[in-house]
Amino acid sequence: MAAVKQTVEHVASLEKYKHGFVTDIEQDFAPKGLNADTVRFISAKKNEPEWMLQWRLEAFERWLALDEPDWAKVSFPPIDYQDSYYYAAPKEKTGPKSLDEVDPDLLETYKKLGIPLREQEVLAGVVGAPKYAVDAVFDSVSVVTTFKKELAQVGVIFCSMSEAIREYPELVKQYLGTVVPVSDNYFACLNAAVFSDGSFVYVPPGVRCPMELSTYFRINAENSGQFERTLIIADKGAYVSYLEGCTAPMRDENQLHAAVVELVVLDDAEIKYSTVQNWYPGDPETGKGGIYNFVTKRADCRGDRSKVSWTQVETGSSITWKYPSCVLRGEGSSGEFYSIAITNGRQQADTGTKMIHLGANTRSRIISKGISAGRSSNTYRGLVSAHPKAKGARNFTQCDSLLIGKHCAAHTVPYIEARNGQSKFEHEATTTRLSEDQLFYAMQRGLTQEEAVQLLVNGFVKDVLQELPMEFAVEAQKLVAISLEGSVG
Amino acid sequence: MLSVSNLHATVDEKEILKGLSLEVPAGEVHAIMGPNGAGKSTLSYVLTGRSGYEVTAGSATLDGEDLLALEPNERAAKGVFLSFQYPLEIPGVPALTFIRTALNAQRKARGEAEITAPEFLKLARQKAGELKIDFEMLKRALNVGFSGGEKKRMEILQMAMLSPRFLILDETDSGLDIDALRIVADGVNALRSPDRGMLVITHYQRLLDYIKPDRVHVLSAGRIVASGGPELALELEREGYDKYARAAA
Repeated sequence: MAAVKQTVEHVASLEKYKHGFVTDIEQDFAPKGLNADTVRFISAKKNEPEWMLQWRLEAFERWLALDEPDWAKVSFPPIDYQDSYYYAAPKEKTGPKSLDEVDPDLLETYKKLGIPLREQEVLAGVVGAPKYAVDAVFDSVSVVTTFKKELAQVGVIFCSMSEAIREYPELVKQYLGTVVPVSDNYFACLNAAVFSDGSFVYVPPGVRCPMELSTYFRINAENSGQFERTLIIADKGAYVSYLEGCTAPMRDENQLHAAVVELVVLDDAEIKYSTVQNWYPGDPETGKGGIYNFVTKRADCRGDRSKVSWTQVETGSSITWKYPSCVLRGEGSSGEFYSIAITNGRQQADTGTKMIHLGANTRSRIISKGISAGRSSNTYRGLVSAHPKAKGARNFTQCDSLLIGKHCAAHTVPYIEARNGQSKFEHEATTTRLSEDQLFYAMQRGLTQEEAVQLLVNGFVKDVLQELPMEFAVEAQKLVAISLEGSVG
Repeated sequence: MLSVSNLHATVDEKEILKGLSLEVPAGEVHAIMGPNGAGKSTLSYVLTGRSGYEVTAGSATLDGEDLLALEPNERAAKGVFLSFQYPLEIPGVPALTFIRTALNAQRKARGEAEITAPEFLKLARQKAGELKIDFEMLKRALNVGFSGGEKKRMEILQMAMLSPRFLILDETDSGLDIDALRIVADGVNALRSPDRGMLVITHYQRLLDYIKPDRVHVLSAGRIVASGGPELALELEREGYDKYARAAA
């Protein structure tokens, strides 16, 4: 495996994480530590109504009674929840009226990340290029949301969660916490108490959202966690495609990212949710630093014939603990999960999905591609279950693992529970090592070793890449190449 | 063209090539025949630079240029092509994508411009047609689920598309029925030209009925022990390798 070893070494030598810069910006912090006053501080900072504060306080009380989960195949030193900031926001005297009033350093940050915050920047592109609206969340606060007016014309609400709580309290009250209940799990409960911001989307009945919506999350401040909360509602017959991107500076300490995403899908509606997660993975040699990505994502297919598709490209984070799931409640509803999870260096990932079939004739499809390199560990954990009423439920699962080098690990932990006799579940799994033979074959045809690894890996993840919205698939492909240069190849 | 002199090579510290010398001038086709374990495949891997095949002495040059100092992909860019005995499956990568990536990688290494998409497709259609390969097959992942004969045809297609200067065919006839053998041989013969050299490694004389060699060499126990014209292949077919195996021992 000499060639593979060289690749791994070469990858390790590359400058792997290009988003590792820190923006020097004046920030407001909540006092370090976590108690009921922290929760009140956050709520007050955001001018929230009383009902929201009560909701948070109740979550905090419940969180105190919960224990951190330990069943995932990841290991890390105990987290001191009192040694972190739960609220950090770019300092501003009053809310900016327009982008011209936003701190130029902040704008520069997003420029470096290549994220268009000005609508004209998006429009200035090639004629006919697809538009996409952006909500940018910097540490705890949404900085700007673009294309709101254009979206409002068709009745689509796209704004920060804070704004939604103030402007659309009825919608928020109706749906918040109905997909991921407050005390669903330890990290979701913590999020409910201290969540800072996030995106809110409502697509009214029969409306096909005219552009891609996207949110870019950036953790910048030191010693701070990020707890964003996203709620997307597709009303009857609506359609929306949403993309989330994440980056963070390189820091020596671990930072906690405990987000919650709730999707509500009514009759005949469809949500396509894509994630390109590129949090700082920590130092590849020592494993020092990096983001703990402990995220709860769930979709509730409430309506008949509703549909949800999760696509994720997970390349970053020191530890990933995440299972974007679908509750298939509506009759004939369907859920899809397409995942590429790449671990390199000392990264650990325990990720997968849950497809919970409650309604009759519900369908689900899972395609998971795990790639492990370096000294990393990559686990697929998935649940497919059929309720007694879910007659005619169908699932197809394919889990493929690719190993690069000799010191990495891949695990597959599927749980399958059929509680009626009329369900059909299929599960296929493969584990392969990137073979020296294949590498040599490609190199004999003229590819450099690096090009050969990229080509083979892109072949491996192709089924998932093609599920991403076109304009992000290229970005994801590059990201896969970069992560593999540093980890797989 | 190809000049190999006193080549010694080891695999897992075991010496397989023990002072092999060989000259293949431009425009000629040379056949290497020999019993199992003689070092035929080792020779093809050493010439193409596979890791794990360590050269301990001797030299191999192509038009005077030292091959052994180059990476496998650099040798490919210089025009060395190996048709594999067991072509590899490349899941998720369509044959067209694979070949185009390879062609452009070689062109880049030689400082040439990339081939445009229309040019490439035109070339692929033409060459696939000549080899009686259904063009639709080129949209499928390379060699995945292909029969033995289809895989060999894919090797020849890649060879025709990459247009190498020096061709090494390793047991290209294995796994081919007569019809497939004829198509493959026609493809190889079409590439014969005054500025190309070819090394045909084979176990049986059969292939040489279709690809007529200028010279035939017998490889036994890591060395060339006899050389002659095409009639040597026929003699081997009649009498076997016994006498050469003894000679080498």
